[in-house]
Amino acid sequence: MKNPLDSLWGTVIAGLILTGILYYVVKSLIGG
Amino acid sequence: MLPGIYRWIHILAGVMWIGLLYYFNFVQVAALKAAQADSTAAGITKHVAPRALLFFRWAAVATWLAGAALLGAHFVPAFTFQAGWEKIGMGAWLGTIMLINVWALIWPNQKKILGLVQASDQEKNKARRVAFLTSRVNTMLSIPMLFFMVAQSHIGT
Repeated sequence: MKNPLDSLWGTVIAGLILTGILYYVVKSLIGG
Repeated sequence: MLPGIYRWIHILAGVMWIGLLYYFNFVQVAALKAAQADSTAAGITKHVAPRALLFFRWAAVATWLAGAALLGAHFVPAFTFQAGWEKIGMGAWLGTIMLINVWALIWPNQKKILGLVQASDQEKNKARRVAFLTSRVNTMLSIPMLFFMVAQSHIGT
């Protein structure tokens, strides 16, 4: 499988997905 | 007054840090590839990259220090995700990981690539890959980092 970070768009999409994941991590920390 | 100044410096230095990070990733990587094809890469590697890296790595330090000063007594509550500090805590952790990446991985490898320290061709090739991927990791991390920096005061969960 190709490393998504080799492409600029792969990097941006990975960042957006990570934002979504971390949003729910923080939300669960807050207890929401 | 003082927190306002820390916030101001944090944003000024942060714009320089992340601005140069985006320059490297969105502009320089592709420009170098094209420049290598017509043998003009030296202009970038000799004159642009060292200067950009100088401001990049020290802006990273200034951003982190001003951020830490801005957190002040809330530094530990933020980094330990205590109640009310979860969002900025996540942003602070992401920024800290990015700072470590700059000084522990990007800069030492860039020194080999730019010939500031001696390295064999094999070491240079490895350094190129490590510096490139770490820079891409930081670009990826900057997206949630900026989200959580803004989220503390502007986005509810």
